[in-house]
Amino acid sequence: MSGSTTVTTRPAPRSERFADAGGRRPRWTPGRIVLLVVALFLTAAWLLPLAWAVATSLKPEGDTTRTPLSWIGSRVTFDAYSKVWESGDLMVWLMNSAYISVMTTLLTVVTCAMAAYGFTRTDFRGRRLLYGLVLAGIMVPPQVLIAPLFREMVQLGLVDTYWGVILPQVAVPAMVFILVKFFEGVPRELEEAAFVDGAGRWRVFWTIVIPLSRPVLAAVAIFTFISTWNNFLWPFLVTTDPGGMTLPVGLVNVQSTFGVRYAQIMASLVIAGTPLLIVFAFFQRQIVRGIAHTGLAGQ
Amino acid sequence: MTSTTATAPAPVAKRAQDAAGRPARGVRRKWTEHGLVFVAPFFLVYAMFLVWPLISGLGMSLTSENITGSGGEFIGLDNYAEAVRDPDVWSSLWNTVWFTVLSTVPLVVVGLGLALLAHQLSVVQWLWRLSWFAPFLLPSGVVCLLFLNMILPSDFGLADQMLSAVGLTPEIGWLTDERYAMLSIVATTLWWTVGFNFLLYLAALQAIPVHLYEAAELDGAGAGKRLLHITLPLLARTTVLVVVLQVLASLKIFDQVYIMTGGGPDESTRPILQYVYQQGFTGYRIGYASAVSYIFFALILTVSLVQPLLSRRRAEEAAK
Repeated sequence: MSGSTTVTTRPAPRSERFADAGGRRPRWTPGRIVLLVVALFLTAAWLLPLAWAVATSLKPEGDTTRTPLSWIGSRVTFDAYSKVWESGDLMVWLMNSAYISVMTTLLTVVTCAMAAYGFTRTDFRGRRLLYGLVLAGIMVPPQVLIAPLFREMVQLGLVDTYWGVILPQVAVPAMVFILVKFFEGVPRELEEAAFVDGAGRWRVFWTIVIPLSRPVLAAVAIFTFISTWNNFLWPFLVTTDPGGMTLPVGLVNVQSTFGVRYAQIMASLVIAGTPLLIVFAFFQRQIVRGIAHTGLAGQ
Repeated sequence: MTSTTATAPAPVAKRAQDAAGRPARGVRRKWTEHGLVFVAPFFLVYAMFLVWPLISGLGMSLTSENITGSGGEFIGLDNYAEAVRDPDVWSSLWNTVWFTVLSTVPLVVVGLGLALLAHQLSVVQWLWRLSWFAPFLLPSGVVCLLFLNMILPSDFGLADQMLSAVGLTPEIGWLTDERYAMLSIVATTLWWTVGFNFLLYLAALQAIPVHLYEAAELDGAGAGKRLLHITLPLLARTTVLVVVLQVLASLKIFDQVYIMTGGGPDESTRPILQYVYQQGFTGYRIGYASAVSYIFFALILTVSLVQPLLSRRRAEEAAK
């Protein structure tokens, strides 16, 4: 596949920004047109499953498994959506997911930012040891801890509670690492001036360091939100009561009760998938930057 | 929390050389002046929900405990000895590794290909990002139920219908035939997550200075040469990163298999995490499940430790 990209004869690959700065747009040579066709074909292939889900959700239940490929049923109907809405479960799971994701994101950003500040800008006995522990924790995948973590939740009485879902997702050592790397690059002079003026560490942290770090904090927040919203394994293990389930867990759990009502299944998937796609539409740049940050910090 | 301030004296020796800027003399020291205060909230949660389970899990793996934490007695390394002899541990470990092998290559190569395409075209970037990256934002439940119910069923599924539209009548049991089940899961995962690698590569591509290409062009290097001698070498670090992140992510496969095949047909797709789940949560043998977890952990740790080695070697090569 990468070979096909060499067909082009245009001067030099450049990002949109550079092209604009240079004032000249690349010409539409035959090679570039071929690339464009390939790209559009792949785009169609990637959008196809989503389009099929939406199309199916708008069919009458009886038409969903009719075999000659047809995108529209005998009529377009929102029956499936109203049935799913009436059953009410989906809205409960949406609210649970929203609450859990927002709380997890808030707690993660605040605790990780504070910890990163503590590790980069303060000194205390055992600082190196604790930071070493955090760095070592980057290599521990939460998935291998499910058994002991679940038993701990039983002992703490946190099974089937919001906190049982939230707390194990909060302390993410990789996020501290990303923030430490960022804080190390913040000039100390800015803080020193405030110290001279009599500001305490807490003030400096909230009024100087936090505002300066808005881009990286946004990246951490968005990334945490996405992974919490989509997390399946842990919420699946720690919730048994349908009323406390997150969206992904609830969907999988009731898949059986929907039986073979495919239009309804697709309608609930469309409802479940839409929130993050809307978030993406609004925060495209931050999300892209967040992925780049998260990934590149690993170097 | 404030009690920590009282017990730990300020490191006087360090104060003189402390570039971090201790508060100016005469400022009243408050509880927030102690660094540990900033680290404490994170560390409390970290200790409770990562460090402690890591330790207690190791302890549990040496016992015959059930899920509620009762009835366990110390049995030494018996769980590990049993796991090594358990064919299900080996087969689910193998399935995990096989999925990782099958998925990593297309996820990295397609991710790179898509990034090169999008970067080269430099138009409607939002469309490429939307179509290739957006599936990554969908919960696994949504993706897997979509493929399970609408794309992969034989006969009326979209995959079969598209094939029959071009004259093929495969009637393949995408998820029920042992020959295709794992491949179908790989294909679903490719559609779902390749956007992440795509974005990492795209970011790396956009960071390559344009003047490199302009210089090469003046020297008469064609597009193929530029790709081979500038783009790909400069992406080497990113590739190491993408491969390692991908391997680590693939090794943790659980959702797709659990939702789409339940590990079947005939346990041919069951990954190690599902075996841990079955032993610990439906079989109530949480001690044994912990032992299997630790064997899996050893595998993940080995892979994690490979990356720094690779990066260091690259750095040494570059230094030469």
